[in-house]
Amino acid sequence: MFHALANPNRFLKLARPATAICLWAGLALIAFGCWAGLTQTPPDYLQGETVRIMYIHVPSAWLGMAGWSSLAIASFSYLVWRHPLAAVAARAIAMPGALFTALCLITGSIWGRPTWGTWWQWDGRLTSMLLLFFVYLAYMALARADRERGGDARIPALFGIAGTVLLPIIHYSVIWWNTLHQGPSITLSGSSIAESILWPLWFTLAGFTLFFAAIVLMRMRAELATQKAEARMRRLTHA
Amino acid sequence: MNPWPFVIAAYSVTFVVGASVLAASWISMRRAERRLEDLKRR
Repeated sequence: MFHALANPNRFLKLARPATAICLWAGLALIAFGCWAGLTQTPPDYLQGETVRIMYIHVPSAWLGMAGWSSLAIASFSYLVWRHPLAAVAARAIAMPGALFTALCLITGSIWGRPTWGTWWQWDGRLTSMLLLFFVYLAYMALARADRERGGDARIPALFGIAGTVLLPIIHYSVIWWNTLHQGPSITLSGSSIAESILWPLWFTLAGFTLFFAAIVLMRMRAELATQKAEARMRRLTHA
Repeated sequence: MNPWPFVIAAYSVTFVVGASVLAASWISMRRAERRLEDLKRR
């Protein structure tokens, strides 16, 4: 199925309806999750009302890291199978991935001020997340320079794979180092957060993930249309 | 310390950035697809 989708025309047939479905379903889930998180859950016994920032901070952190994982998978696909869409997908993921990483840092900083008494601390989790943001920026600059020089996208793809070294560092930073940031609250074996506070998070997580997918699809469609238009312009010029 | 200004600030930043990236992506997609349609009609 993955190989079949590598055909741009086949991909576009699916991408057009998928963009609208992801966007509207994502917005509906975000709206419901935020409404529930702001009005239907009790304040935390320790953090009080500031715990409500969790419903946007956790999805941002998830998308910053999942975005880079997707970018690395697309880069790997491009290097191994030379799928024409894989490099387009990697480039399309970079900008929303960087923005959600920035949102994670900003909302985390806003959450940190009333909870920790500081906007910023150079601890393992915050610093490694900031590094991920810079790695996104570096990827975007590299991909742009490669494209402008007529490169074959191999260097950005290698960079995309190399950047995955940051993901386990971010994930385990709260375990490896004594950090201000709390340890993992949600793991595969369960959650340390009370269910009465946790449940809207599943809606915002699903909603922001669909929203992210819609943005990536839009950016892929824009790049594919631009590539086709440039090819057609070249043919018209030579004719 | 009143927590609500922090909660409101976090949600506002998220919605402003989210709406901006959505608008920018939508406009660039529509512009690129319209340009391609115009070229196909030539």
